[in-house]
Amino acid sequence: MIEVKNITKIYKTGVEELRALDDVSFSIEDGEFVAIMGPSGSGKSTMMHILGALDTPTDGKYFLDGKDVSTLSDDELADIRKNKIGFVFQSFNLLPRTTVLRNVMLPLVYKGVGEEEKEQRAKESLYSAGFDESHFNHLSNQLSGGQIQRVAIARALVNNPTLILADEPTGNLDTKTGEVVLETFQRLNREQGRTIILITHERDVAEHAERIIFIKDGQIFEDGRNHTRRII
Amino acid sequence: MKLTDIFRETFTSLSANKARTGLTMLGIVIGIASVIAMTAIGQGAQSSIQASIEGLGSNLIYVYPGVIQPGRGIVSSGRGSAQNLKSEDVDVLLQISGITNISPELQRRFQIISQSGNNTNTTVTGTTSNYGTVHNTDTQTGNFISEANERSLAKVAVLGSTTATDLFDEDDPINKTIRINKVNFKVIGILETKGGSGFVNPDDIVIVPLSTMQKVLAGADYLSSMSVAVVDKDQMAIVKQELTDALLRKHNVEEADFSVMSQADILSTLTQVIDTFTIFLASIAGISLLVGGIGIMNMMLTTVTERTREIGLRKAVGAKRRDINNQFLIEAIVLTFSGGLAGVILGWLVSFTITSLGIIKTQVSFSSVLLAFGVSTVIGIIFGYYPARRASKLNPIEALRYE
Repeated sequence: MIEVKNITKIYKTGVEELRALDDVSFSIEDGEFVAIMGPSGSGKSTMMHILGALDTPTDGKYFLDGKDVSTLSDDELADIRKNKIGFVFQSFNLLPRTTVLRNVMLPLVYKGVGEEEKEQRAKESLYSAGFDESHFNHLSNQLSGGQIQRVAIARALVNNPTLILADEPTGNLDTKTGEVVLETFQRLNREQGRTIILITHERDVAEHAERIIFIKDGQIFEDGRNHTRRII
Repeated sequence: MKLTDIFRETFTSLSANKARTGLTMLGIVIGIASVIAMTAIGQGAQSSIQASIEGLGSNLIYVYPGVIQPGRGIVSSGRGSAQNLKSEDVDVLLQISGITNISPELQRRFQIISQSGNNTNTTVTGTTSNYGTVHNTDTQTGNFISEANERSLAKVAVLGSTTATDLFDEDDPINKTIRINKVNFKVIGILETKGGSGFVNPDDIVIVPLSTMQKVLAGADYLSSMSVAVVDKDQMAIVKQELTDALLRKHNVEEADFSVMSQADILSTLTQVIDTFTIFLASIAGISLLVGGIGIMNMMLTTVTERTREIGLRKAVGAKRRDINNQFLIEAIVLTFSGGLAGVILGWLVSFTITSLGIIKTQVSFSSVLLAFGVSTVIGIIFGYYPARRASKLNPIEALRYE
């Protein structure tokens, strides 16, 4: 359960103030699949950073599972990310020269999980993300774009998060591979009831979600059910 | 974060760029190796000098006529040339309870000629039968000077092994005649070989009875030195004081007209010189360690920059500042510690080579090895601290965007 109440984010560059988010409020229920859409410079990246507990708002409140995240310290934010959030980035950010399994285990390393349990959970996540078992011990630089993104999804799942945040997950992929990745998100949402927030600037991509929040100039321009949802 | 995980990550990242890791480590390896080798040489020199001084007879106090004048050091015209140390002084000193034995000595340099016509110029020492016990030496063949020889002004001589070879080559010198200062002496014994200590050759020596030396060869009644054996090491200080007091009374003077030196004094002077030398060598080696440390820091800073995105990712998945800090700090420590290990091995090999080539007998001490590991770890901490801190303070959002 996510509640965003009157969030404002102001960046100061010298004397100028940039109002990246201006009094934004919305809430997302568990199990929803939401796309946050907007052109570049609209504030959607700032929104993602705040939702992902990478940054805190200048003003307003952000409740994640009933806990106020908007005023936490760096280390407390790290704990929130560790326990409640899974990230899938545009540029995949896998560790180089490291096996698929080790990459997926990474978030568990910081939770202090034992070796056997780490491996077990990493494998389960990779199955969920639809990653081919024969490639579990391949190095990350031997994988194709689609495979890399599946590993990234598995990594986002491994700590069993409240929320999966995907930041332009198809941005570096061709349309066909992108569809496969989006299908994976849909399946995880449908079968495992995962809450997924998809950040994108493309309407085609956003249309895979159940609900679209359209942000423009730091404000919500439109928020509603997606009536033209594309289900793969 | 578990320790096994940290070490796995460290291994992965250090082995990712083996050439760079190796070259950076080389700085530490060379630094540690030279510290080990230098201190090994210093300690080897020290213990060989210590051994040779103790070989001269342990628990000894030397008494010389004349004063070592303050500020003018040992090279003073007073000592040795003064004539105020007499045979009677020996009897006075023997009353002191801590003194077990005294060897009175009168030394002169003479030209010596053997029967076969070889000749040599060496120190002739006139002494009594106590010389052997006091100086911890004995004859290898034949006999030492006896009390009877002493009483009868016998013209007999005991040779050091070097002098024996100089005068008689391979022949057995026992019962042969040598001429010291145009007086015939019979050789009655050869001293056991002591081996060179580097400064003087203790085997280049001729010993004759003290009475013969004083009355026949030198024509003088004084002594050039006295070697006093003390019952045990702990009593050295007390005996030294009592000895000084007794001689002052005997000579009836206020200020000493003689010098008293214990073996500990000589040893500590030499040890001080060698220590200074060792510290000097080790500090030069220490500078190369410092340079090695700067190399480590340079590499770690490069690594942090190269891995900015990785750090961003780690932070995004929940790594705290401390986790990132520990990871990079441990990476630096592992780097310097393994460099230290290799350095210890290399330094040990160097000193082993020096020993086996017979240049100087080196000694790698356990404490210097321990110190080397300690120092290399500390270098890792010092030079890894700043890069690790820099990594831990990176903002995850900016780090993730870093190209």
